[in-house]
Amino acid sequence: MTTRNRDGGGPPPERLVALFALALAVLNFPLLLLWDRPVTVLGLPLLGVALFGVWAALIGLLIWVSERPAAHRRKPRRPLR
Amino acid sequence: MTVLSPSLVLGVSAGYLLVLFAVATFAERRAAQGRSVIGNAWVYALSWAVYCSAWTYFGSVGRAAVGGIWFLPIYLGPLLAMLLAWLVLRKMVRIAQTYRVTSIADFIATRYGKSPALAAVVTLITVIGIVPYIALQVKGVSAGYEVLIGQAEVQRTGVAWWQDGTLAVTLALAAFTIVFGTRHLDLSERHEGMVAAVAFESLVKLGAFLAAGVFVTWGLFDGPADIWARARDVPDLQSLLRLKGATGAGDFGHAQWFALTILSMFSVLLLPRQFQMMVVECVDERHVLRAAWIFSLYLLAINIFVLPIALGGLIHFGPGGANPETFVLSLPLSQNATALALLAYIGGMSAATGMLIVETVAVSTMVCNDLVMPALLRMRVMGAGAGDVTRLLLVIRRVAILAVLLLGYVYFRVAGDVYALVSIGLISFAAVAQFAPALFGGMYWHGGTAAGAMGGLLGGFAVWAYTLLLPSMAKSGWLPGGILDQGPFGIALLAPERLFGITGLDNLTHGLFWSMLVNVTLYVGLSLARAPSGREASQALLFVDVFDRADAAEPQWIFWRGRARLPDLVDLATRLLGRARADKVFRDYAQAVGARDISGITADARLVDHVERQIAGAVGGASARIMVASVVQEEPLGITDVIEILDEASQIRGYARALEEKSRSLEAVMDELRAANDALKSLDQMKDDFMSSVTHELRTPLTSIRALSELMLDVPDMDPDERAEFLRIVVSESQRLSRLVNQVLDMAKMESGHAEWCSTEIDLRELLTDAVHVTAELFRERGAEVVMDLGDDVPRVFADRDRLMQVVLNLLSNAAKFMPDQGGRVTVTLRQEAQALVVGVRDNGPGISADQHGAIFDRFQQAGDPADRPPGTGLGLPISRRIVEHFGGRIWVESAPGEGALFAFSLPLGRQGEGEHEPESPDRG
Amino acid sequence: MSQRVLIADDEPNIVVSLEFMMKRAGYEVLVARDGLQALDMIRRERPRLVLLDGMMPGLSGFEVCEAVRADDALADTKIVMLTAKGRDTDVARGVGAGADAYVVKPFSTRDLVDMVRDMLA
Repeated sequence: MTTRNRDGGGPPPERLVALFALALAVLNFPLLLLWDRPVTVLGLPLLGVALFGVWAALIGLLIWVSERPAAHRRKPRRPLR
Repeated sequence: MTVLSPSLVLGVSAGYLLVLFAVATFAERRAAQGRSVIGNAWVYALSWAVYCSAWTYFGSVGRAAVGGIWFLPIYLGPLLAMLLAWLVLRKMVRIAQTYRVTSIADFIATRYGKSPALAAVVTLITVIGIVPYIALQVKGVSAGYEVLIGQAEVQRTGVAWWQDGTLAVTLALAAFTIVFGTRHLDLSERHEGMVAAVAFESLVKLGAFLAAGVFVTWGLFDGPADIWARARDVPDLQSLLRLKGATGAGDFGHAQWFALTILSMFSVLLLPRQFQMMVVECVDERHVLRAAWIFSLYLLAINIFVLPIALGGLIHFGPGGANPETFVLSLPLSQNATALALLAYIGGMSAATGMLIVETVAVSTMVCNDLVMPALLRMRVMGAGAGDVTRLLLVIRRVAILAVLLLGYVYFRVAGDVYALVSIGLISFAAVAQFAPALFGGMYWHGGTAAGAMGGLLGGFAVWAYTLLLPSMAKSGWLPGGILDQGPFGIALLAPERLFGITGLDNLTHGLFWSMLVNVTLYVGLSLARAPSGREASQALLFVDVFDRADAAEPQWIFWRGRARLPDLVDLATRLLGRARADKVFRDYAQAVGARDISGITADARLVDHVERQIAGAVGGASARIMVASVVQEEPLGITDVIEILDEASQIRGYARALEEKSRSLEAVMDELRAANDALKSLDQMKDDFMSSVTHELRTPLTSIRALSELMLDVPDMDPDERAEFLRIVVSESQRLSRLVNQVLDMAKMESGHAEWCSTEIDLRELLTDAVHVTAELFRERGAEVVMDLGDDVPRVFADRDRLMQVVLNLLSNAAKFMPDQGGRVTVTLRQEAQALVVGVRDNGPGISADQHGAIFDRFQQAGDPADRPPGTGLGLPISRRIVEHFGGRIWVESAPGEGALFAFSLPLGRQGEGEHEPESPDRG
Repeated sequence: MSQRVLIADDEPNIVVSLEFMMKRAGYEVLVARDGLQALDMIRRERPRLVLLDGMMPGLSGFEVCEAVRADDALADTKIVMLTAKGRDTDVARGVGAGADAYVVKPFSTRDLVDMVRDMLA
């Protein structure tokens, strides 16, 4: 099943699962407490900026994993003779 | 604060609904022309944004105003789901499209052996869990309307029902849903108009909310930093952007945060409207990849201004000054920005209507297929003999749509004021989360059974009702509040929000924990308790291994056995699908299987399966199963049948591969045979050569003997010396002959394994000394010197003394033969190595070149210059090698031309070693 | 003048018997112990007849025979092949190589002497 799953032309499952694990970790206790400080960034509270920043970064990673051209995801191209 | 006239608001609302109709009509027309507008990832992703209902649109701000960043987990969960969408959602889509699944109830029921009971239970859970949520949307529209017309405090009781704008909107939505949601009977066909309209609504609500956000942030205030700077002056607001709660002292409820994340992660896939949009309406599963991140970005965008609006509203109106859930309307109104307020209202309405339309289609489908249809089937209304029931089906579905929407409306009228928007939303989330174990378990675990799914669903749902629904009713005043504090009948351990005395969890986390614990335990436990039936096992294979098939359109296995008649199937399909569609189904099938027309189709398992799946697209998998079963004669599907069918399928698939492998292995076998044949041929050749050599070796001495004897006979007057010389040659050649015969026999015995070995413990020093004594005369005749270097004391070895003597004598006589006529010298050595004794016989003869070192141990090979080579049989060394190797040793030669030769052999120590370690024999002591 | 016969064999005892036989029949005897020596003596001494052992180290009797037959100057050299191998293939090979007669060991001394006498008559 997993091998067929790879055949959809999409990103490798391992990468998505790893990204999921990363997201689960950074969006939950206790890593969230990192941002829970009375500090402002450009006049904005750190916690809000950080949460939205992490959120945007995760989407960025998802885009990166999803949209890389298929050729890069496949095995390295054969060198030209 | 400005208010708008009700007629303006109603007029704009009506106008907006007309636009929706126009968009949907446009999309349907384009689809009819074959130029679909929904066939891309962007529209697909926007249709997913039906997730953001009025609850998001109004509720998020409300929640942010009370709990700060606590509105976020509801949107971070979907992000988590989107990260895995390509793996999980794509599989759901593939399964649904292969087996023409039409709803989440259908999905779960089809997975567990097409169980009608499971379909009914999932439908009931959905209706109970979702109707309040539908009411919530109605309330959202209504609340917004009241804010706009300034009637927030007006009692609605004074308005007659026909004057109620909310009811008008509800009925208009019902009309829209009936028109665009029941266009085709086949639910697995896409509703192009509905999808397009919902995608359009998603754009409207995002645009409207962003406009309101920009207005508040930069119109009302001087950017987000300004809002925050001013919020810091209000003591209550500072803590909103910290995790540790409003007082700044409490612990961060990380359990609740986690629970909300996981809950919303499931909900974004399991809510009926999400399942409808993501799975049923999917045009192409490849769109999932891109839609996943587009949808994630959408959620990020629609949440960016939630905090600024919430804080802005709280600062502007002061705490308690206005309902935070309608800040998005009241803030523009307070600045007389009526156009923006109307736009914001339209945005909220689009959020609500989008959700209502899709949720209603999804729920009504389930109600029709999984509650009403089975009942009708039982009453035989749809059995054989009934006419075309497609009209009836459509009517049922339309009535169901109207009923669901009106139920939501009535619920809103009865209970609309007692629930906070957010809490009822989360309770609905928790209800659909009960589907997660059965659904995801069914997608990845072969072992899940209908009993497990049913147990899990009912158990989880019961706990959900007790820990979440019941308290919310009690809090609404419908039940005595004491049940929450003291527990039922005063049993504190059973208090709905503190089961078994567990405290410290908020009620949602508490309810979710217990319901999921019971759900998963029952699902897994009951599934393991009994092996799956044939039909459960077959469906498990079809779901779990859905990616394992060559043809994306057809299932890999067909689990059906029995007899069917083509006319019965045609008749059934015509009744359920309508004549035109049924005709098309059979025509396409005939083409696919290569039949010349419909009547040429064979009514085999594949046809039955195909027809059943087509009917499933109209009435759901469970009902389709019952109907097909009613017109064919089928054998019950046992687990052994499933295994047989799997075997057959894998055999057929295996044939091609096996053939390929066979021919490859045949080739290998051919190669092996060829090699074996060559080996045999060369063995034959060797034997032939051996015989030829033996013949040659025998004939050579015979030739001399015969010739000389004849000559002596013929020449009586021969010189006596000459005669004596001839006689000496005859004797010597006779000896050579008998030696040869003995050695050939020896060799033959050893090669055939018939040689007799008589092994004892031998002292090699003694043996070598004896050998030198025996050959002393030979060396003395030639004037040669024999030197012995045997060391002091060496262990005994276990061997056949006579055979070893034969080896040593052979080596010594070889040395004698090859030594020079003058100054011959032979050295016999014996030394002990780590694991062996080594005997060496060194001569100072002509030596042997390295290329002959191996060959001299072969039969009939003699080394040295043939011209002055002494006579020999050519069997001595081969026989010696046989003997030495028999005792586990080896024999070799070290030599170079002109440097003499060392023939040596080794005998391993410790072989049959009991002799060496034998306790001293009694007679010695 | 007596005719010269070359005996080419690597077995010394066989040489002894052949030498005795040929001398007694009145021929002048030359002896070669291997193939190369034999070919060399045939070219140098021009014997009328060669008693050639088939199995000799270095150059085998068959090869010597072929070499002699390839040399026109030696065309009238009679060759009697002696071999201890009695297989048909060996006979065929000897005849194929151009020997005038083929004798399998062990041989009758009288027959051999008669044959040589006939060939040199």
